[in-house]
Amino acid sequence: MSDVTPVLSEATAKADSANGDDILLQVENLVKYFPIKSTGFFQQREHVRAVDNVSFTVRRGETFGIVGETGCGKSTLGRSIARLYDITSGRIVFDGHDISRISQRRMRPLRREIQMIFQDPMGSLNPRRRVGSIIGDPFAIHRTATGAERKRRVQELMERVGLNPEHYNRFPAEFSGGQRQRIGVARALAFQPKLIICDEPVSALDVSIQAQVINLLADLQKEFGLTYIFIAHDLSVVRHVSNNVGVMYLGKLTEVAPSDKLFTVPRHPYTGALLSAVPLPDPDHSDQRKQIVLVGDVPSPIAPPSGCRFHPRCPKAAPVCVTADPPLEPRLGDGPEHLAACHLPMAEGENLTEFRPTIVAAERVIESAGILAPDADGRGNAAAGGSIDTLPTSREGGKA
Amino acid sequence: MSMLPEVTGESQAALAAEAGEPIPVGRKVIQGRSPWRLAWERLRTDKAAIIAGSTIVVIVLLALLAPVIASWVGHGPNQQFIDIGEDANGNPVGPNGTFWFGTDSSGRDLFIRILYGARISLSIGVLATLTSVALGTIFGLAAGYIGGFVDAVIARVIDVMLAVPFLVVAISVASIWRPSFWLVIFIVGVLGFTYPARIVRGQVISLKEKEFVQAARALGAGPLRVMFVDLLPNVVAQVIVFGSLLIPAAIVSEATLSYLGVGVQPPTADWGAMISDAQGYYQYGFWWYLLFPSLALLITTLAFNILGDSVRDALDPRGGGVYK
Repeated sequence: MSDVTPVLSEATAKADSANGDDILLQVENLVKYFPIKSTGFFQQREHVRAVDNVSFTVRRGETFGIVGETGCGKSTLGRSIARLYDITSGRIVFDGHDISRISQRRMRPLRREIQMIFQDPMGSLNPRRRVGSIIGDPFAIHRTATGAERKRRVQELMERVGLNPEHYNRFPAEFSGGQRQRIGVARALAFQPKLIICDEPVSALDVSIQAQVINLLADLQKEFGLTYIFIAHDLSVVRHVSNNVGVMYLGKLTEVAPSDKLFTVPRHPYTGALLSAVPLPDPDHSDQRKQIVLVGDVPSPIAPPSGCRFHPRCPKAAPVCVTADPPLEPRLGDGPEHLAACHLPMAEGENLTEFRPTIVAAERVIESAGILAPDADGRGNAAAGGSIDTLPTSREGGKA
Repeated sequence: MSMLPEVTGESQAALAAEAGEPIPVGRKVIQGRSPWRLAWERLRTDKAAIIAGSTIVVIVLLALLAPVIASWVGHGPNQQFIDIGEDANGNPVGPNGTFWFGTDSSGRDLFIRILYGARISLSIGVLATLTSVALGTIFGLAAGYIGGFVDAVIARVIDVMLAVPFLVVAISVASIWRPSFWLVIFIVGVLGFTYPARIVRGQVISLKEKEFVQAARALGAGPLRVMFVDLLPNVVAQVIVFGSLLIPAAIVSEATLSYLGVGVQPPTADWGAMISDAQGYYQYGFWWYLLFPSLALLITTLAFNILGDSVRDALDPRGGGVYK
């Protein structure tokens, strides 16, 4: 742990100062398929392709955000990195150790370095055990402290995360949601891990409590030089906490960029659509904005669409998108830190609502039935060709 | 690097409090109540539970004090009173001042024998239930948490055990080995593990998807620790409920085996054996011989069943109670 200075300056943590030695976690072509029961005896086994060929790197001291819709595989990605799942293929290199294939037994010592904070603050705490015992778990499991020493350290941790150490003997049910998440944070912090994977740590919390927990995480990061992988579906939260952000869609990373770049100059139309859905605090501004409404559901990860997985819902979809899977690489002259997996990336200031796909409807529904819906002014399916609607958010303009 | 560097700002007040400064008065300390405590409080206010519980306490006391009572009355459990305990034809005598519950076919004091019989019934009932519950919990945890091959094997074993008739197996086993106190516990205990195993397995399968299990694994907990430290406390309530209902069933099973002559062997006093013996006399008017052992068995099993129901209501407040 000697190479982690207690306080990493923000500047070195920034992605811009790329430095090979800085890399804490490297994920290469990570694949995680879950087998599902086949219906017939002779049928081939099907898989849910939860994470499909994902690569990214996380530098020491930074926060790497992962955003995406529910079911896009971001939680699976987090749990695969923590080796709670055995991965299907690919490589995970953590702090110089290749942990892609090592057994759970050999993984155990490394678990002190990689910790997780879970989404559901109630579900992640054992309801039948007292808080002191829950937070003391890491010490008990790794046999590093017992008895009074363990209690002292647990109470220190409770205090550090803003809990009353006197509540050592309470049960999780006696705490509020925010306090429970602090318990989860204290538990993850016990060994001062190098990496904490935060799996939607605030999405189950009240908005005012979200800020408290996020600030706590930020304080702890400064204090202990922690590195976070921050998984969320709330873009504004991710923007607030992350240095770099990866956008996931159907098990794949569609765009990876420094936070400021991603939110100002998105390259992938999916990122653009997500950004247009972020609520704005200013109603005047909000009325003028063209919101990109993606029609249809996310296709099934069991049989994802060919080519670019976003093509059935993409306003810029072209024939090439159906046939070729675009690699994740710098587009339109971006630096090596801004990667997008798109054949037709968005230029700066481009208005997605002006686009109509240049592929016919039949092609667009090959892999995902039922994505066509009547569009704004009531034209039928056939005419709707585009699976994207452009509506002023005031919903009064009728037709864009 | 120290575990936790300097604590700052807001937390210093709490540090000061820890350093020995008195906690401000007037702030009422709310004591956290454990789920067990809450269950106990619900049980305490349940009239049926109190009556059933008191009955069981009395039965247990009578069983424990059986030798004391026997020496006080002056009748041993296997002592035959050929002169006063049998009539002229050698048949049992009815209840009277000397023999409160009458005597049995061998001229022994039925009251004292029923007290001694309670020792057998209770100890086998409890020990067999503990065996069932322990086996059921271990196999249920393993089947539910490990899953896959282990689960398939355990599930098939349970299926087989549920498919074979209890009495046929019990009688066969008892006739292979010499019937004894421990063999009865073994038979009743092992044959009874299937139900707790299935209950625990089902619970564990739903619990293991919970994030706290993932959290324990993420901390580095091995499968044994996850099963016994994280999962066991969450199934123990169901196990206790089922166990408390298993005790009367085990007592009945024990009596059944004795009734059939493959349980605890004579001259040991045993309710099942007494009932079996009394059957031959009942039709000739020796009603007490059948009545008192049957009543003892009925009261004991009924008390355990009612208490078991109350325990279930107390541990699972959402379920509807029968005796409320």
